[in-house]
Amino acid sequence: MNKLAITPKRIAVIISAYSLALFFIYPYINMIFTSFKSHGELYDDPTHFPKIWHFENYIDVWSAAPVAGFLKSSLIVSIGATLLVLFVSIPAAYYVARNKFKGRSAFLLLVLATQMFSPTALIIGIFREVNYFNGLNQYWALIIVNAGFNLAFGVWLLSGFFSSVPVEIEEAAMVDGCNKLTALIRVTLPVSLPGIVTAVIFTFVSAWNEFTVALTIMNQQSVQPISVGITTFTGQYDVAWEYLFTTTTIAIIPVVILFITIEKYLVGGLTAGSVK
Amino acid sequence: MSELKVQDRTQTKTKKIRSKNSIISALPWIGPALLLIAGVVVWPAIELIRISFTKISPAGALSGFNGLGNYRELFANPNLGTIAIRTVVWVVLVVGFTVSLSLPIAQLINQKFPGRRFVRWALIVPWAASVVMTAIVFRWILALSGGELNLTLMQLGIISEPLDLKNDPRWSFYVLIFVAVFVSIPFTSFVILAGLQSIPPDLVEAASVDGASPFQIYRKIKFPLLRSAIAIATIINLINVFNSFPIIWAITRGGPGYDTDTTITFAYKMAFIEYSMGTSTALGSVNFLFIFLIILIYLRLTRATRQEL
Repeated sequence: MNKLAITPKRIAVIISAYSLALFFIYPYINMIFTSFKSHGELYDDPTHFPKIWHFENYIDVWSAAPVAGFLKSSLIVSIGATLLVLFVSIPAAYYVARNKFKGRSAFLLLVLATQMFSPTALIIGIFREVNYFNGLNQYWALIIVNAGFNLAFGVWLLSGFFSSVPVEIEEAAMVDGCNKLTALIRVTLPVSLPGIVTAVIFTFVSAWNEFTVALTIMNQQSVQPISVGITTFTGQYDVAWEYLFTTTTIAIIPVVILFITIEKYLVGGLTAGSVK
Repeated sequence: MSELKVQDRTQTKTKKIRSKNSIISALPWIGPALLLIAGVVVWPAIELIRISFTKISPAGALSGFNGLGNYRELFANPNLGTIAIRTVVWVVLVVGFTVSLSLPIAQLINQKFPGRRFVRWALIVPWAASVVMTAIVFRWILALSGGELNLTLMQLGIISEPLDLKNDPRWSFYVLIFVAVFVSIPFTSFVILAGLQSIPPDLVEAASVDGASPFQIYRKIKFPLLRSAIAIATIINLINVFNSFPIIWAITRGGPGYDTDTTITFAYKMAFIEYSMGTSTALGSVNFLFIFLIILIYLRLTRATRQEL
């Protein structure tokens, strides 16, 4: 079929696809429009678009609430969790990809099961454990919990990448004087870079968006990440929607861009390779 | 008929596994992962179940074995029955709508058309964005005054008075279901899309040459080959939707009263707002067991496709 032919079917496909796209981003467009309104404009004679674009909302919000502090906490937690996941999943994924050992399948199944247990169902257990180790309001506690629940994606995805790297390359490096570890670091890791970048982005975004655990174990505002911190804008009777939405816009746009860059690998990592 | 090859192509190419080792030599490599899982998943699970059989004060102090006392108290709770039924309705409706809507959506974004890449990107947005932030955006869209929904409906003359969907007990639960379906569709569509992409094009072409209509092709060829992708998407959704906390918490907090609680938000409420830790851990353990069962089903179901293990 001619690619450029305009048929009724093609037009129908294009119209429905574009409407679909609009439907799914509309709430976020509305969020961005609202972030440019003044507080008065939210309620008095409301309109779809801002009448006057209050760009200064994006400057004022930093003093309206400790947004910088929230972002700092989110960054610390997300970067910490990402590094921990890499540190833990690279050796595990590599060993699983290269060796057969007793308990190998059991290990992989255990890892897979952790991905499916969301922290929500275990939250009381998590709260008590964190409290037991004096980890309430401590970054390290939230980092460890986030890393634990996002480990599976890294292990499954990376072991797929590692096993596609021919063993011969590593063996050649070992002939040239590398040992097992340096061969991994100098040869296999650089070749598997797309997998590592994907694992990094996925873990970072999940930790950035995590809500339930942060809500439960971080009750001091000074250490709250942005996902919990935004509740600051919700007063008893009034919500500062314009500042709330400048904050969520700042928090959402970077992770959306990051997620789009790893689109290709997301499904494989999340279904442990069951769907390709 | 050719079977769908789900095997990892890359693995067969370079499968050169060094030696049969014991778990001891694996420990330095997989030990940190095991430690992390033990600390973050296993410990809290054991702690949850242990407390559910223990007497516990509102402040969390333990005072000895309580047998099934916490469970008895839980099942005597007059709200539990309705909440349990609502949880089932919640999971069935959200997963049902999500999967049945994702099938045509995946089909649509698998077509070739200009700008397809941007449509797929748009669909990723609710997946990447924080669920709690998305839920809050919907709270604003539904707002009585200034919210986009009432604004539009009133401008179109469909309603004369704004609707308070979020606080109206007849509507609030369906609002939550809508938002949950909205955030679940992207992941589900992409899983089914991946399934569609794994269908060999010659198969579809051959059927079309033989005179099969597009509907017949979908029903007789594509749908059967999509079965495993659909099953996997359904089960992952079952767990995610059952566990769903941020949507309900951000929009209604399970309220008014307990009118929109599921067993997950109810357990949270009991623990951290009403401080009845005993009953909360009992309910938490029931929730945990339910998820565990679904995970076992999932692992069994995907066993065939994980043959390369």
